[in-house]
Amino acid sequence: MARAVTPRRKLINTGLAWAIGLLIFFPILWTILTSFKTEAQAIASPPLFLGFDWTLENYGVVMERSDYGRFLMNSIIIAGGSTILGLIVAVPAAWSMAFVPSRRTKDILLWMLSTKMLPAVGVLYPIYLLFIELGLLDSRAGLVIVMMLINLPIIVWMLYTYFREIPVEILEAARMDGATLKEEVLYILTPMAVPGIASTMLLNFILAWNEAFWTLNLTAVDAAPLTAFIASYSSPEGLFFAKLSAASTMAIAPILILGWFSQKQLVRGLTFGAVK
Amino acid sequence: MHLSSALRAATALSLIMVGAAQAETITIATVNNGDMIRMQGYTDDFTAKTGHEVEWVTLEENVLRQRVTTDITTKGGQFDIMTIGMYETPIWGANGWLVPLDDLSAEYDVDDILPAMRGGLSHDGTLYAAPFYGESSMVMYRTDLMEKAGLEMPDAPTWQFIREAAAAMDDPANDINGICLRGKAGWGEGGAFITVTGNSFGARWFDEEWNAQFDQPQWKAALDFYVSLMNDYGPEGYATNGFNENLSLFQQGKCGMWIDATVAASFVTNPNDSTVADHVGFALAPNAEGVEKRSNWLWAWALAIPAGTQKEEAAKAFIEWATSKDYIELVASKEGWANVPPGARTSLYETPEYQEVPFAKMTLDSINAADPTNPTVDPVPYVGIQFVAIPEFAGMATEVSQEFSAAYAGQQSVDEALAKAQAIATEVMEAAGYR
Repeated sequence: MARAVTPRRKLINTGLAWAIGLLIFFPILWTILTSFKTEAQAIASPPLFLGFDWTLENYGVVMERSDYGRFLMNSIIIAGGSTILGLIVAVPAAWSMAFVPSRRTKDILLWMLSTKMLPAVGVLYPIYLLFIELGLLDSRAGLVIVMMLINLPIIVWMLYTYFREIPVEILEAARMDGATLKEEVLYILTPMAVPGIASTMLLNFILAWNEAFWTLNLTAVDAAPLTAFIASYSSPEGLFFAKLSAASTMAIAPILILGWFSQKQLVRGLTFGAVK
Repeated sequence: MHLSSALRAATALSLIMVGAAQAETITIATVNNGDMIRMQGYTDDFTAKTGHEVEWVTLEENVLRQRVTTDITTKGGQFDIMTIGMYETPIWGANGWLVPLDDLSAEYDVDDILPAMRGGLSHDGTLYAAPFYGESSMVMYRTDLMEKAGLEMPDAPTWQFIREAAAAMDDPANDINGICLRGKAGWGEGGAFITVTGNSFGARWFDEEWNAQFDQPQWKAALDFYVSLMNDYGPEGYATNGFNENLSLFQQGKCGMWIDATVAASFVTNPNDSTVADHVGFALAPNAEGVEKRSNWLWAWALAIPAGTQKEEAAKAFIEWATSKDYIELVASKEGWANVPPGARTSLYETPEYQEVPFAKMTLDSINAADPTNPTVDPVPYVGIQFVAIPEFAGMATEVSQEFSAAYAGQQSVDEALAKAQAIATEVMEAAGYR
């Protein structure tokens, strides 16, 4: 029998959830607020929360100094391209591991995940030299491949988990009805796993959007995404917090909006299979 | 008449065509400093004069270091000009990674570069990077607080006077710290400051046989003095304060004194950002009584051309434009003399208009007081004042400065920090084959 929720308990739970939510959101909120301050107000002590002269000057300076559109387009292409490429590779891989497992499937999954444990800087020079040889330095194609490879273990793992929740009997019934392997994956499995695939896509897109090691080290001008745009506003000598905050707000705005509109899908996908 | 007009037109046309054929687009990696950003705004002037276009890659200092180091060691060829400092230039020049700047034009007047800057950016007498702006370090102090304390700052103070002044200006009730200094870990942050402080107490990183010297009494005296001064009159949490944190404190009127880069003078005297802009005085960085070396460093952000670039001529043309006397005059005419890149050229300090800038003389005196080839009281086998110009230094000094910062934060004693610094430096030098 379910335990009755008293109004008082409900109030406490709601208040607690809001407090945790605000705590998590606070750094982003502070960045947004700082972007509307002057440099002097940005470093004021005690800090100014809302009582300051709001200004759009920082956005004006950032727009004048940087080609925001080019950085944004590169981020979209790199994050989007690596996500699509990753799914093309990961869906068949996860299907085979979920529905035709071998004795070594678990070991392969663990091994794939172990590649995420390698510090990126450890392979910087080999990857850099490889990129020079292949002419991929400062190219979007090179970044798409690297981002796809970095996130592939997570995509495969997530899809594997979702696919495991789909009853194998449904696939067997499709086979009985004469479905080929391609039809089985495209017309039976994929539509059933749409929530899982969608949340995997979103998560991978966000990870690729925010990645700031390879995108800074393998790009210069042509392929530099929004992470490079942010990095150009940090200064060792001089005040920069307000302008850096404006650049950061402009860089995270698209992904925040995307996350806001797709939060239902994202939550549904991430909790898929949590309750049986 | 018609013939001469036709010839002139043909000559002009051919010059334009040659110019167009040779026009290049060069890529420059740089840092986000005020002077660098200002230069980006004047790129059109360079393009109008030469026909060459410029693509800028602006990065945070540490990211820039990692990025250009990776590129130059792998011959990646991503950049035609790199913004580097005095630490990298002699090492990279010695390795043959940079194009020598030994054929700059007569109009450029290479002899006008301040001797200290030229020496620090050369290897075996050959210039490998042209200084865009240079800096030393000096004392910046609140003239109103100094007057209130009944003291007068000498042009060349000692550490003992600095302590006395810090005690007199310290006013916790009004949130004023007697002194603000760097304590943040990192070879270019607190590591640089404590190294020059060590110099001014007669300490050195290594003796002539590359033996680490942190077990010597001069280092103990320097570190004891610094920790005692900052614990008594410094701000809370000074162990994590670097340039920007102290700049922020000083601009808000929370420091009686601040000893740091000369480039900060233009920030603290700018009334748009600083609440104490009208009350700032300057003095040479201090020394311990009886020690001839002062605690001022020498640094330059300079432009260098990586060997192997396909656009060497265009890159040289840019360097000649950006570090020229004409560029300084261009900035002065548009934004005033206080905003020109300082510390690179002798002629700047001979300009009457620039001599009226309040911090100009002390900046020049501080730069001239720094000698990177003879940085310490006792002889050393290295070049560099706030650093040791060897490839192993950056990693080793970062570790050492972390130990020092832990001592500032009270996590260990000064003796423990010095013992660890000695062990770190000894191990690195043995592993690298210096001993």
